[in-house]
Amino acid sequence: MMLQIKPILSALRRHKAGALLIGLQIALTLAIVCNALFIIQQRVAHLSAPSGIDEANLLVIQNDWANKWTTQETDVQVRTDLVALRQLPGVHDAVASNAYPMRGSGWDQFITLTPDQTTPTGDASVYLGDEHFLDTLGVRLVAGRNFRPDEVHPIGNRENVMSPVTIVTKTLADKLFPDGEALGKSIYAMTSTPTVIVGIVDVLQTQSLANWQMKHAYESLIWPLRAASGTGIYYILRAKPGQLAAVRKEAVKTLYAQNRMRIINNDGGVLDYTQIRQRAYDSDYGMAILMGIVCAVLLAITAAGIVGLTSFWVSQRRKQIGVRRALGATRGDILGYFMTENLLISLGGVLLGVVLAIAMNLWLVTRFEMHRLSMFYVLAGVLLLLLLGQGAVLAPAIRASKVSPVEATRSV
Amino acid sequence: MFSYYLQLGLRSLRRNPLLTALMVMAIGFGVAASMITYSVFRAVSGNPIPEKSERLFTPQIDSWGPKYNLPGNEPPYALNYVDAMALMRDHKAKRQTMLYPIGLSALPRDAQSVPFNVQGFTAQSDFFAMFDVPFQYGSAWAAADDEQRAAVVVISRKLNDKLFDGANSLGREITLSGHNYRVVGVTENWNPKPRFFTVWSGSSFGEPSDIYIPLSRALDLRIDTAGSNSCRGRIDYQDWDGWLQSNCVWVTPWVQLDSAAEIEQYRQFLEGYAADQQRAGRYGWAPNVRLRNVMQWLDYMQVVPQESSVSLLVALCFFAICLINTIGLLLAKFLRRASEIGVRRALGASRREIYVQYLIEAGAVGLAGGVLGLLLTALGISGIGLLFQPQIARLAHLDLALVGLTLLVSVLATMVAALYPTWRAAQVQPAWQLKSN
Repeated sequence: MMLQIKPILSALRRHKAGALLIGLQIALTLAIVCNALFIIQQRVAHLSAPSGIDEANLLVIQNDWANKWTTQETDVQVRTDLVALRQLPGVHDAVASNAYPMRGSGWDQFITLTPDQTTPTGDASVYLGDEHFLDTLGVRLVAGRNFRPDEVHPIGNRENVMSPVTIVTKTLADKLFPDGEALGKSIYAMTSTPTVIVGIVDVLQTQSLANWQMKHAYESLIWPLRAASGTGIYYILRAKPGQLAAVRKEAVKTLYAQNRMRIINNDGGVLDYTQIRQRAYDSDYGMAILMGIVCAVLLAITAAGIVGLTSFWVSQRRKQIGVRRALGATRGDILGYFMTENLLISLGGVLLGVVLAIAMNLWLVTRFEMHRLSMFYVLAGVLLLLLLGQGAVLAPAIRASKVSPVEATRSV
Repeated sequence: MFSYYLQLGLRSLRRNPLLTALMVMAIGFGVAASMITYSVFRAVSGNPIPEKSERLFTPQIDSWGPKYNLPGNEPPYALNYVDAMALMRDHKAKRQTMLYPIGLSALPRDAQSVPFNVQGFTAQSDFFAMFDVPFQYGSAWAAADDEQRAAVVVISRKLNDKLFDGANSLGREITLSGHNYRVVGVTENWNPKPRFFTVWSGSSFGEPSDIYIPLSRALDLRIDTAGSNSCRGRIDYQDWDGWLQSNCVWVTPWVQLDSAAEIEQYRQFLEGYAADQQRAGRYGWAPNVRLRNVMQWLDYMQVVPQESSVSLLVALCFFAICLINTIGLLLAKFLRRASEIGVRRALGASRREIYVQYLIEAGAVGLAGGVLGLLLTALGISGIGLLFQPQIARLAHLDLALVGLTLLVSVLATMVAALYPTWRAAQVQPAWQLKSN
């Protein structure tokens, strides 16, 4: 096979344009496919990141107040509502909060180790909840303790109720105290008084999933405060297994029965985690689908292009093939010739393609803060395109190998 | 001659249906991918207020200081309450408005129905004239209403339809979160895309507003912002009044400046204000202000979603690959007919004739690709909800301009792709071709 390379090269010189076009097409396809596969992987990794909560059984109700109440008035209503919700037969537990994981945007606070530190160590998603918060969301406590009922206080709009204790995620704890001794330590969340870490939970997804929060992924904290905002709050309900649909029907009815002066939108006022995930990650799903379609169509078109051009070369060289066959070349020799020819062009193409792929990725990194392309995707792309080229050339090459030596004698 | 060449071209395309189909599909897919992503990009990167975008500015004042500023020592995206009130009082621009998003509850007339949410903005009377808000009934409230902290409201046509069945509701009262407001205006449906005036504080591609109420009234009633609120350092306020005095930014200012002189004057005013604050000891750093107009602001805030730019880029590369593919296939197709070209040339056809013939053939391929591309584009735009967030996907639509662009791009691009194969075809030596057959 190696012996054939020299004649192939000199033959290629005779149709430079075609070879160049195939090579260029392979190079560009490689650049796009590598980056597209990489984007797909990034997006899928983003959207399949665990939330740490019992998604299958959770329901979130956005409850806005129609009256303007004081914090005290609101808190009375919230407590009444919570008692009623927790008594529903299908409800395992319920909590009032300011937000819920994967909400899209929310409340975050810089975390420092001293009150005077200007560059924050962490940036935590802030959740408010009473002693039922962990049980309702199904978050696993890995160290320390839950809040005690006497630690819980109501908090209204623009009130700055400082809580002396907090529960943080393991990620945040490890970031703040890399030695693993976070329990019992004081931290500052843009406050002048410290808050002490009394509990550590395993995983609790943040409210925002935007790029800035992803630099502080899984940094969340919970304060023992009962959301009593005069504008509105969220009720998070955990249904008993299999009872989510029933709870969905009953919960809103129950709330309106407590007090009519509230607003729970028909459209999007009550969400389960299938819907919340859909909302939170729709642009990730979209990008992954789009890149997938682009990859598939691009590979098909490139393969078709190779088939088309090689078929043309075969038909152009029928006489030469006939002569070679007449002079003793076997079918395998002819097949090998076209396969090797394609391999040479493809190799040139992928070499250029690797450079283009990296250049394109660097541009995406600087312009859109994307991640560096992992070499795995480049290698996978190279292999994919070499195989694609060989696969595409197979049919025309087999046809070439079937050219009969008799062709050599025709119309020379 | 044109129709004859077109016939020849079509016959040649029919002779090799597989190759032709391949080219048409490549062009079709390539142009459709580009057009679908372009339709989204066009919508999100457009100028929301083209006739005035050069004259509307959002001032920024450094109220956080170099310790807490955004990367590049950029001042915060909005103003804190104290600075906002100072700028409002000084009123150095011909027109100006301070605004923030709000969400309130509305009570329908009949007692049977349940209250519902309405969202909108607090603003000043200039808001409506500055942003060219169209009115169905009435008009903006007067500047005096701002000063008198009047309980007036401008509502949207949609809310007016809901509350008053579309009747002229001027002078009627509505109840929002337990307080009464008198309707002074009903806007037409108005929702610029992107909503340049609330890019940071609200959502750039959000739902249209239902209500607008005077800022002064909203502050009296302590109506909280429903939008962003960003603070630095230690948060030591205890209540609403403490929050107003804090370094938290949440009020978005907009000013209209009609000439270069006015812009310069306003910039100097901002610098002067910041210098005064420094002298007064309120800010411990040198003045650091910005005055960005609409398009500069949208650009700085990176309103175009990353997904939209990246997908457009990928689609354009995809189209380029399809075109390279087409060059290769056309080359094969044209050169396969070298002997035919040789005969035509020998019979007296000039190179020019060959060019015309083959470019027309390529144009036909391009047109067919364009038609396929158009179908795919229509299909893609109808299914675009799968690819982009609903609020962005909603913006993409197939209009006459896009149809024209799709066809034009496919025909032109294919003809450009055909230049090299055609040139090769025209170079065919008649003598050599005749001899070898």
